[in-house]
Amino acid sequence: MRPPLLEVRQLVKTFAGVRALRGVSLTLGHGEVLAVIGENGAGKSTLMKILAGVQPFDAGELLVDGVPCVMRSVQDAMGHGIALIHQELNLAETLDVGANIFLGREPTRWGLIDSRRVTEGARRVLEQVGLRVDPATPLSELTIGQQQLVEIAKALSIQARVLIMDEPTSSLSVHEAEALLGLIRELRSKGVSVVYISHRLGEVEAVADRVEVLRDGENAGSLSGAGIVRSEMVRLMVGRELSQFYPHQPHGRGEVALRVQGLRTASNPRHVVGFEVGAGEIVGLAGLVGAGRTELLEAVFGVVPALAGEIEVGGVRVTPRSPAEGIAAGVALVPEDRKHHGLVLEMGVRENVSLASLNRDQRAGFLNRNRENELCSEMIGAMRIKTPNPDQPVQFLSGGNQQKVVIGKWLATRPRVLLLDEPTRGVDIGAKQEIYRLMEELAAQGVAILFASSEMEEILGMSDRVLVMHEGRLSGELAREALSEEAIMALATGSVASVQMSEAV
Amino acid sequence: MKKILGIFGLLMAVCLLTALASDSFLSAYNLENLVRRSALFGILSIGVAFVIITGGIDLSIGSVVCLVGCTLPWLLTVQHWPLPLALLAVTGLSLLIGLIHGLLITKLRIQPFIVTLCGLLLYRGIARGFTHDQTVGFGSGFKELRSLATGKIPFLPGFDLPAPVLFLAVVAVVAAVFLNRSIYGRYLLALGRNPQAAKYSGIATDRMTLVAYVLSSTLAGLGGVLFVLDVNSAQPVDFGNFYELYAIAAAVLGGCSLRGGEGGIVGVLIGATLMQVLRNMITLVTTHNNVEFAIIGAVILIGVIADELARRVGARRRAAKALQAATSA
Repeated sequence: MRPPLLEVRQLVKTFAGVRALRGVSLTLGHGEVLAVIGENGAGKSTLMKILAGVQPFDAGELLVDGVPCVMRSVQDAMGHGIALIHQELNLAETLDVGANIFLGREPTRWGLIDSRRVTEGARRVLEQVGLRVDPATPLSELTIGQQQLVEIAKALSIQARVLIMDEPTSSLSVHEAEALLGLIRELRSKGVSVVYISHRLGEVEAVADRVEVLRDGENAGSLSGAGIVRSEMVRLMVGRELSQFYPHQPHGRGEVALRVQGLRTASNPRHVVGFEVGAGEIVGLAGLVGAGRTELLEAVFGVVPALAGEIEVGGVRVTPRSPAEGIAAGVALVPEDRKHHGLVLEMGVRENVSLASLNRDQRAGFLNRNRENELCSEMIGAMRIKTPNPDQPVQFLSGGNQQKVVIGKWLATRPRVLLLDEPTRGVDIGAKQEIYRLMEELAAQGVAILFASSEMEEILGMSDRVLVMHEGRLSGELAREALSEEAIMALATGSVASVQMSEAV
Repeated sequence: MKKILGIFGLLMAVCLLTALASDSFLSAYNLENLVRRSALFGILSIGVAFVIITGGIDLSIGSVVCLVGCTLPWLLTVQHWPLPLALLAVTGLSLLIGLIHGLLITKLRIQPFIVTLCGLLLYRGIARGFTHDQTVGFGSGFKELRSLATGKIPFLPGFDLPAPVLFLAVVAVVAAVFLNRSIYGRYLLALGRNPQAAKYSGIATDRMTLVAYVLSSTLAGLGGVLFVLDVNSAQPVDFGNFYELYAIAAAVLGGCSLRGGEGGIVGVLIGATLMQVLRNMITLVTTHNNVEFAIIGAVILIGVIADELARRVGARRRAAKALQAATSA
């Protein structure tokens, strides 16, 4: 019998004391589409990076064609015919399409780049992926979907036998996503194997031959053929029935805590955005990558002041011009990028927790050490932050605990409106549940919560109401009763005419 | 803390070696001079430390010392300005320089290296211009004013404390309190590590960066006044030459990381003293001064390498400990 094309056995990987993978096994056959799914932090991305030679593994086995091997670099993996297509595309915007496809292995003649062979080679693979552009087109002129096809063409040009795609549709329109699924089927028929990672369970149902579910760095189960159904995938992903995983209780909408009217953000100045969030309400903000969710939250908080429009918090007009004004108005933002925007990694837990409250707690410009200590102990308790001591630099904490520090920092400011941008990205399942529990508690205390998330299950599980964005504008609003993945995706991809915004309050 | 002990140990070792190699090192005359120079450079070093903590750099310090050092005697002896007005003018001048640096760096987003490099060229050029490259000095006048730098305070029998130590003490105490006890010091440390996270936390990062450059230039101005009072005259062509490098080296040796966000006043003071002891050693022990830069360069390099290695060992140990904790939990 022919050995599987790719196989991993009991793979272990640890980062700074955190076990990202605790013995994951996986096989991939020839011409097979294997979907790998799991919640944020389940270990999918780590596993894929190991397969593609981006990162080494600590223990376990990796076999290609039944032969154990070690991927020391991306070149190693490519040598075995394995190519990774990153979630964030790794292309050089300033070069043309052909140059991108042959980047790092340009055919040469007399030591110079042989541009004729580049063009011909590029044409051949572009045709295979069905992208009709001249190889001399600058990459920056292509849409995200087309750029993705260039990435795939690049992989085909190295005769890849295994394509690993990490969230390939996260920034594509419905049409582009469907075309991509078609291409995957076509590649499969030519004998190429695909490892497909996605949060979109509908796509997984449509394209996968087999599904491997990861949970907390371990195999949680696998499904194949007719067994690939949404409910079963979700059950394996969260390890229990959905209703138990998301502690959500419907909340009545209190008086309006946040009112946004006629807002134009600097990144999407053509569109006007308006919405309301009531005290004690949890509102989800859904949309594709690049739909403008982060920009909207940042405008409300004052990081990038809005060009026009009004923001009211608790009935008072504030329209913050800086985060300091946002904080003063009672708004807090847990940013998407924890390491760059949320934390000072080298500083201790205490200093991070107090950072946004120092101004309020100052004594004529001096630090209020007692207050700082109190706040820190309070947040370590409330958030159940696992740290050896309050001075532990947060860079040595796990992703989940780091995120709890960020949330603790913002709770310390006692916000009336809490904005969360991808609050559970890269955190383990335990921390995730604590974050959900905390969101519930805060809502019960009357805090208005607006959270952006790319994770469909989270949006469906935690929201009283969902706002959906598409290309910089609010494309619709869905009440809890009307929530479904299909309804959200239709609005997020702009495939239905904008739903009339339900009359606010 | 460990860092400070390390650099303090190095200082003691250099002192010991010099004392063994040269009899005159421990003489009251030499020690007083050494302390005076350490105090003067300490003031400059504290200033640049604030800028380094923000992750920036100030290369203009030596030229600010030169400009202020030439302007003060020129205003007093050539222009015959009254003393208070002249002092006010040089203070305002150094404040203004820092303000301009800070605005260019925070508003126009020009790199600190470029802004202050241009400053380095500009201020010395201006000083050489209006003095026509001629030495300016106090002559035999302004004895009382000069005693601010040359004066001595009885301290121990046979050893007097040079007056600049008083200035340094005040500057150091205020700087240490500002850095460690005020919310603004915390803001500087946070924004030096991660300006984005600081901004998202509601910190006016631009304003704090501006403050750091103003502090650096103002302390350089104070240093310039004290230096020229000490030596009585200034030659525009080389007055304050390379002082920025001594100050930066002192700050780095004293525990400030050029990556930003790290540093303490005590360490900077020890670093500044170490630099001066090294220079003193070279003068006393070697027959030719021309190897001074080579020796200073080598010592700084060794110090920084040792520090980096220690940091890596520490980080590795910490990660191992965290792993242990994670697996046992």
